[in-house]
Amino acid sequence: MNQISFLLLFPLAPALLLAFISNQIVRNLIVWVSSLALIFVSLSLATAHLGTSPEFFSVDSPVLEKLFFAGEIILSLYLLWRCRGINKKESYIPVLIILQAGIGIFLELSGKLPKVENAFYVDNLSIIMALIIGIIGTIICIYSLGYMKEYHEHHKEMKENSRGFFFIFFLFLSAMFGVVLCNNLVWLFFFWEVTTLCSFWMIGYSKTEEAKRNSYLALGMNLIGGLGFSIALVYLTFFTKAPTIELDKLIHAGSALALIPACLICFAGLAKSAQLPFSSWLLGAMVAPTPVSALLHSSTMVKAGVFIIIKMAPILQHTTAGLFLAGVGGVTFLMASLMAVSQSNAKRVLAYSTIANLGLIVTCAGVGTYEAIWAALLLVVFHALAKGLLFLTVGTVEHKIGSRDIEDMEGLIVLKPFLGVVMLIGIAGMFLAPFGMLISKWACLKALMDASPILAVLLAYGSAPTLFFWSKWMGKILSVSSNAVTMESPVDTNEATALTSLAIPTVLTCLLFPLIASVAIEPYISNLYGQTMSLSRGNMLIMTIMLGLIILVPLGFVFYPRKQKHVSSYLAGANVSGSTSFLGAMGVVKDVATRNYYLSAAFGEAKLSKASVILGGALILGMFVVVII
Amino acid sequence: MTKIALVLAYVIGGGVLGGLLSGFDRILTARMQSRKGPPLLQPFFDVLKLMDKRTVVVNNYQTFYVACFLIFIVLTGSLFFVGGDLLLTIFALTVAGIFLVLGAYSSHSPYSTIGAERELLQMMAYEPALLIAALGMYWVTKSFHVSAIVSYSHPLIAVLPGIFISVLFILTIKLRKSPFDLSTSHHAHQELVKGLTTEFSGSSLAMIEVAHWYENIMLMGFVYLFFASSPIIGIAATILVYILEVLIDNMYARLTWQFTIVSSWTVTAGLAVTNLMAITLLLK
Amino acid sequence: MAYFKKSPWIFHYDASSCNGCDIEVLACLTPLYDIERFGIINTGNAKHADIFLVTGSVNEQNRSVIKNLYDQMADPKVVVAIGICATSGGIFRTCYNVQGGIDKLIPVDVYVPGCAARPESIIDGVVKALGVLEQKAMALKHEQLVESV
Repeated sequence: MNQISFLLLFPLAPALLLAFISNQIVRNLIVWVSSLALIFVSLSLATAHLGTSPEFFSVDSPVLEKLFFAGEIILSLYLLWRCRGINKKESYIPVLIILQAGIGIFLELSGKLPKVENAFYVDNLSIIMALIIGIIGTIICIYSLGYMKEYHEHHKEMKENSRGFFFIFFLFLSAMFGVVLCNNLVWLFFFWEVTTLCSFWMIGYSKTEEAKRNSYLALGMNLIGGLGFSIALVYLTFFTKAPTIELDKLIHAGSALALIPACLICFAGLAKSAQLPFSSWLLGAMVAPTPVSALLHSSTMVKAGVFIIIKMAPILQHTTAGLFLAGVGGVTFLMASLMAVSQSNAKRVLAYSTIANLGLIVTCAGVGTYEAIWAALLLVVFHALAKGLLFLTVGTVEHKIGSRDIEDMEGLIVLKPFLGVVMLIGIAGMFLAPFGMLISKWACLKALMDASPILAVLLAYGSAPTLFFWSKWMGKILSVSSNAVTMESPVDTNEATALTSLAIPTVLTCLLFPLIASVAIEPYISNLYGQTMSLSRGNMLIMTIMLGLIILVPLGFVFYPRKQKHVSSYLAGANVSGSTSFLGAMGVVKDVATRNYYLSAAFGEAKLSKASVILGGALILGMFVVVII
Repeated sequence: MTKIALVLAYVIGGGVLGGLLSGFDRILTARMQSRKGPPLLQPFFDVLKLMDKRTVVVNNYQTFYVACFLIFIVLTGSLFFVGGDLLLTIFALTVAGIFLVLGAYSSHSPYSTIGAERELLQMMAYEPALLIAALGMYWVTKSFHVSAIVSYSHPLIAVLPGIFISVLFILTIKLRKSPFDLSTSHHAHQELVKGLTTEFSGSSLAMIEVAHWYENIMLMGFVYLFFASSPIIGIAATILVYILEVLIDNMYARLTWQFTIVSSWTVTAGLAVTNLMAITLLLK
Repeated sequence: MAYFKKSPWIFHYDASSCNGCDIEVLACLTPLYDIERFGIINTGNAKHADIFLVTGSVNEQNRSVIKNLYDQMADPKVVVAIGICATSGGIFRTCYNVQGGIDKLIPVDVYVPGCAARPESIIDGVVKALGVLEQKAMALKHEQLVESV
């Protein structure tokens, strides 16, 4: 319980300190110390509690209850105050805030809220999430130290608010710990809405018109999801035979009793994870500074959405509603992967890829069988690492080359070797065998096929475009013009540390995933389902061989380089200076330039978004219809 | 022990068989064009000659990518013939293909790059069909392992006809035959000069050629799986399929990448997915 | 080392030819002459080829092209000048823009005169070139052995 309290409360200390301190050196110190502390405590939570059964902790304190209630009110008031800047289209937002606050006040004052036996808990899934928040989150914070400095140097016209930035950052970490460790659904919902607030604040950081509109979009969509959560709480208090607001009791209540609130909570999860039809807020959120995109919008906050859906999985197992939910995830995976093909803005590609992978996790969670959850948990781990790494790398690269367009990252492996290698590790981690995502995909296919073949077909069709856009990007990084030279601009220490600290685990988790699976994932599943699955020894051997080859063969080439004759590339004999220019029409010398295919005519957003939103919305509607009938 | 024997058989025999298959392809093509064609062992002469050339490169790394391509193709084929997991085999095949694509990208030449892009488009076109084929086989035989699929007592073609036809369709892409030889084509045909393989020469080109032999043998093995319950019919069917592919190659001109993707995905959806739906509803 | 004889890949470039010799070269590839019997393939790419067939003479526009293509070929390589224009400039030898035969630029191994050179002569020339190719390959092998020692 001590670690839980620490993780929940401690981040508030640096948050408050950093809200008032402008001095860079002191700020760096506070961030480093707090981060190390959080990493240490997260790890100790893991080592203490990583076992087979969940542990519960009760907290009997009416003061705490009053505090949470006050917190909800303050939160709603602050959000209403921030709604001063809305335009006509966004006027639904204050309505939602008032509605939500109203429901919360009604529940609290009605006195009918069920008594909570255990307010906090820890189980393997919470530990995995806590490690992600505590380790990846803090690494991103360290990264932000370097990033925000350069960000404001590049954007001198922007008003700097680093104090607010780091305050919200640590507040967010605290809230995330709350989401994953809280058993009391009302309090969990409070933490959930704090993360919404943090996301809203961060997206609007640059105060440009675009940022403002996108922050309201994010706020609005998350509030719609939150409404679902509120209604679930009302249902659980007034409309069930055995009222409870405890997460574990809900999960063990079974499908017959708990399906409706589970679907409502999953609805909130879908909005938070930017699944169709709510995907546009995540794409808009890319205007935020990159550490925000890494932390909130890929590694952590959106993971809260899928986290809650995974938690609901045992209830959704073998139900039609669960299949509809899985369908939402599957369609999201397919459509987001297709749309990612047409994007050349690196952050948008990453955003679409995030939405797609979350969709895959949702599909698995909706299916809810033990195999599917095994796959989903693996996906959560690998995605958090690789995507966080990629966002951070893109952020640094953007500052170094002045662009976040993939076309400008040509030859990055020579121009900026360290960043090039790190980016390649990240991309490989996202889709290449034998890296983690691939193992997850393998597990997904099997699990989905056993549950519903249509879902497996969606996965089969969706994974094709993913290989296309990732390989395209890799190719761009590796496509070196013969006159390319390494740029001389060193990477900030904080950023470099962060990147290395994420790159190495990305590779290590692939090597060690059987260990992770057997220590963390499988106990959780056998506890919940009574049985678990694991990768067969034969397959593990194959993975090891492949990984070994991928690591050893490049080393072989580094240590035994062959002396070969260099010639120019084939330009139909019209080469002018080696491989870089040729004699074009009218005797004009032209430079060789290569561009990737973006297929925007077929896979552009303009073509696909409307259909995607309609499909997603229809499937969610279907889910609720099925549940109510 | 038998696993090692199988791997060795594939590494040694697969290469030889692949080369002979390639030679057979060229003779058949020639006869269809009222020509005599080269000797059966021509592909081996080609590879041996290429090994004797002094390789020229555009950059220091392209040979590395091709070496990885070859190693991973052999790994994939070995995995397949040892009876391993079919899904992993397909994923390993993807990795191998990506190495070749990266090798083409690395040279930063227009022809190579377009060849690489088209190769990725081709991979995007055939991936769903391959995966759905594996899913179909899994449903019928209850296992993803090639060893289980091969030893299944009933002919898979009887329950997976739609999937089989979609596999034939994308086989044209995989074997680099017209109308879908967009990224590079075999020796007598040119496409974007040589597309993917434009900037490779000598030993690198030899490695690519040999890798294609191994890949083709593995693909023929995949076709064989549909008929595995009776080996003689299986081998005969596989040879017939190959002859059919050569015939298609000689009948059609090259088409566009748009058509490749649209037709592949449509055929997959129309035939393979409906087949899959049918067996999941009817078979248990 | 007999493999160059068994698998010679050609690469055909029209320098400033009137296309007469080019048509004859392509005729060799047709079923009537079917040079693929000998393993000969027309690759379109300098890096893949052993034999460089050039027709037409050198002028200002194609100087750099011929040089580029020749340089991009992998050793061992041979050049066959097809037609009298490639050999010496032909009837255009005295024109202001023609600099002469291909050997003004790159070392030619076999000359196939004719205007247009007939397929039989071209095939004959290529077969002669194969002998030269074999010799060069031997020399290269020796050189590589010496280098590695």
